[in-house]
Amino acid sequence: MTASHQFCTFYLGEQYFGIDVLRVQEIVRHQPMTRVPLAHPMIRGLLNLRGQIVTAIDLRCRLELTPLAADGEPVNIVVQTADGAVSLLVDAISDVLEVTAERFERPPETLQGATRDLIRGVYKLSDRLLIILDTDLVVSLPGEASL
Amino acid sequence: MSSNEILREFLLETHENLALLDADLLTLEQHPTEKHTLAQVFRTLHSVKGTAGFMGLVKLQAVAHASESLLSRLRGGELQFSPSIATALLQVVDAIGEILAQIEASGDEGDGDYAPLTAELERLRDTGDHGTTSSLPPISEFPTASSVAQTPVPAEPDSTTNFSSPLPPIAVAAPVVPPAPRPPASSPVAPVAAPPSTVELTPEAVVETHSPSLADTSIRVDVNLLDNLMTLMGELVLARNQILQYSLLHEDGDFLSTVQKLNLLTTQLQASVMKTRMQPIGNVLGKFPRIVRDLALACGKQVHFEMEGQETELDKTLLEAIRDPLTHLVRNAVDHGIEPPDVRLARGKSAAGRLRVLASHEGGKVIVEISDDGGGIDVARVRDKAVQANLVTPEAASRMSRQELLQLIFLPGFSTAEQVTQFSGRGVGMDVVRTRIEKIGGTIDLESHAGQGTILRAKIPLTLAIIPALIIVSDGDRYAIPQVSLLELVWLQSDPAKPAIEWLHGVPVYRLRGTLLPLVFLNELLQLEASTSAEQDVIIVVLQADERPFGLVVDGIRDTEEIVVKPLQKQLKGIPVFAGAAIMGDGRVALVLEVLNLAQRANVFSGTKSRALPQQQRSPHASTAESESLLLFALDAGGQMAIPLSQVARLEEFPRTQLENLGRRQVVQYRGELLPLIDVSRAIDRLQIDPPQRGDRSKRMGATVPVIVYTHATDPVGLMVGKLLNIVPEPSSARSQTNRPGVLFTAVVQEKVTEIIDVPALLASSNHS
Repeated sequence: MTASHQFCTFYLGEQYFGIDVLRVQEIVRHQPMTRVPLAHPMIRGLLNLRGQIVTAIDLRCRLELTPLAADGEPVNIVVQTADGAVSLLVDAISDVLEVTAERFERPPETLQGATRDLIRGVYKLSDRLLIILDTDLVVSLPGEASL
Repeated sequence: MSSNEILREFLLETHENLALLDADLLTLEQHPTEKHTLAQVFRTLHSVKGTAGFMGLVKLQAVAHASESLLSRLRGGELQFSPSIATALLQVVDAIGEILAQIEASGDEGDGDYAPLTAELERLRDTGDHGTTSSLPPISEFPTASSVAQTPVPAEPDSTTNFSSPLPPIAVAAPVVPPAPRPPASSPVAPVAAPPSTVELTPEAVVETHSPSLADTSIRVDVNLLDNLMTLMGELVLARNQILQYSLLHEDGDFLSTVQKLNLLTTQLQASVMKTRMQPIGNVLGKFPRIVRDLALACGKQVHFEMEGQETELDKTLLEAIRDPLTHLVRNAVDHGIEPPDVRLARGKSAAGRLRVLASHEGGKVIVEISDDGGGIDVARVRDKAVQANLVTPEAASRMSRQELLQLIFLPGFSTAEQVTQFSGRGVGMDVVRTRIEKIGGTIDLESHAGQGTILRAKIPLTLAIIPALIIVSDGDRYAIPQVSLLELVWLQSDPAKPAIEWLHGVPVYRLRGTLLPLVFLNELLQLEASTSAEQDVIIVVLQADERPFGLVVDGIRDTEEIVVKPLQKQLKGIPVFAGAAIMGDGRVALVLEVLNLAQRANVFSGTKSRALPQQQRSPHASTAESESLLLFALDAGGQMAIPLSQVARLEEFPRTQLENLGRRQVVQYRGELLPLIDVSRAIDRLQIDPPQRGDRSKRMGATVPVIVYTHATDPVGLMVGKLLNIVPEPSSARSQTNRPGVLFTAVVQEKVTEIIDVPALLASSNHS
């Protein structure tokens, strides 16, 4: 977290999140998906991204938030991982934001639970907080070390 | 370039060089004075040594250094290349391979001890071949040994080259050559007959013919890049198709011609991209001369090894997949097939056995044929061993045909080896070979005659990328099942009075031709919404996992489709019932089921693999299993006949107008291929010594003709019959033997005397006529 940093930002409910923009391959609107029986609930399905089969991860589920309404159409943020592209499903996409390091802070100790590890920290913006997620941990199954 | 990258480059390059080194050393063993090859070996080892020193790989450097100093004496002509030197240098190749593997795995050289090897190399360097403990007869020097007349010792002809020389064999002028007789046609250009000045040129000439350098015209490409290209290519084809559709709505001439051009280019591009993954089968076969040499030495046998068709290309993935099975077959041929020299001589054969590996293209497949002129397979012994190992019942065995008995060697747990050797004979051989080859959509068959040898023929598809699959539906989603594991489909119409599925202590089963078939509900297994209720039709996909059939109950069946299976990402790796995913024609993704794991998850079989013959598997040896079903049919002239249902692939009805004549045979176009037809009544008549006069043939001229598609240890054949009657379980009533040719036995079926016909005999008769 040195100097300034660019983040791709998005919403899950009212909360404002960001991931490293350099890891984002593209944003894809809602797509029909093939569900995967027996998979972890955070796996929403598989989608065809120009011939590449991409696993879609329900970020709400991953962060232990309440599920999106049944008629909601989440947006895919396709990120690069060591194992190929993975899609993160978010409620709505926002801007690419450039923030400076001095606004950064580690998450408070009171933030506990399984999701604490997924959060790298918080940027204090003038009007709200931007929560920065660890891309590699977010795309891993809970309890599995990331690559 | 970081040191890691340098190391990676080094590993890649050295791996490639090792393969060449192997081949070069074998060439040298046969043509010890090929200076060109010797120089090449020297250069390779020298560069290994150099880089190893630079990278600080001490052991590698020591081994390479010792071999290099031995080679420099050879190069200087101070030493003669001998078999024991060859053996030591080949060990060097192995040692380097080991060290490289170790480096790749752990980053350091490992703790292998190569001091004995370096000591041996030094001993050879200092003393030449003297005092060797090698069992090989040293290749003696020629009577006129001078530095000029260092005649190449014609040992076994080089397997990778086909010299054809009209000159007589060299034995006349060189009485000290190894005793192996060889066909004169493949002798190296006989240098002995030529004056010394030409002798010196010979090695160069020989070298030029079989070491074309690819290095100048080829580059190394990461396979992932090629995979990526393939994926993009697929997408481009889809986009092209959409544009073609779109262009139909327009009449703009320029646009249409551009679309046409795009169409053409895409097709050509697709073909080229497919080609990038193709590799010559020689990459696998190249190892065989060494394997054969080492094994033959170890078994005390003499083997004359030939290869043909190394340039035959197939997909890289497949090439990897067939490496082990083919190696196994070659080892088998040397270890079991070819007899020791004394036995061969006693049988009137040449002391050296002949082993041939032949690769070729045929009808969109690659055929690899491995043949030897060894002892062949003794069918009686196969039968006894199979009965002994409880693989078949004695009764079943006694009724099997020759071809069926030969198929027994593919059963798990079968071995005829009198003793387990280091190389083969543990009974885990041929079944694994068959499983592996079938896994990639190939087939393997076998021909063998006691005393004359064995021919194994493997048919392998050109590319793995595309496999045929059955698309089924479960709870509204599509899933693909690879057709390799598919046996048949059963569609049961709902009948409240007689439920199709019976329950055995809570476990669903279905009676498939008299045998209980365990059922697995896919919806339940995948924890999906159950949609099967008693009122619905039941669709059972009969699958085979590890030789055990089971029925998968699904909601619906769509179609068969050619799919490209892609691996799942790590988030889904933990779900073993899925082999991968595939993109369907409409662009949606479908999961591909892994049948074996599906069966395991459903506990279709317990942990131990059954060695017993499965009861109702559609393979040749099942044809004589206990409770068989019979397909009843009638000929026009009357009379009820039957053949075992397990030998039947399908029942078809062809319009008579579709039958065509090809020479003297009748054929019909069937699923894009020609299906030869045999008229059963004529074929049976032909076998009779005194055929009865069948009267009215004209009434046979119905509009359509029922045809039984027969596949049983042969390519499909259509049997034309008068009328298909029924499928019944084989009666337990007594069978009576018959001496009517073409008929196996007669039995009473449904109160009628029925002749069970011997299809192989019919086929044989119609092939000869």
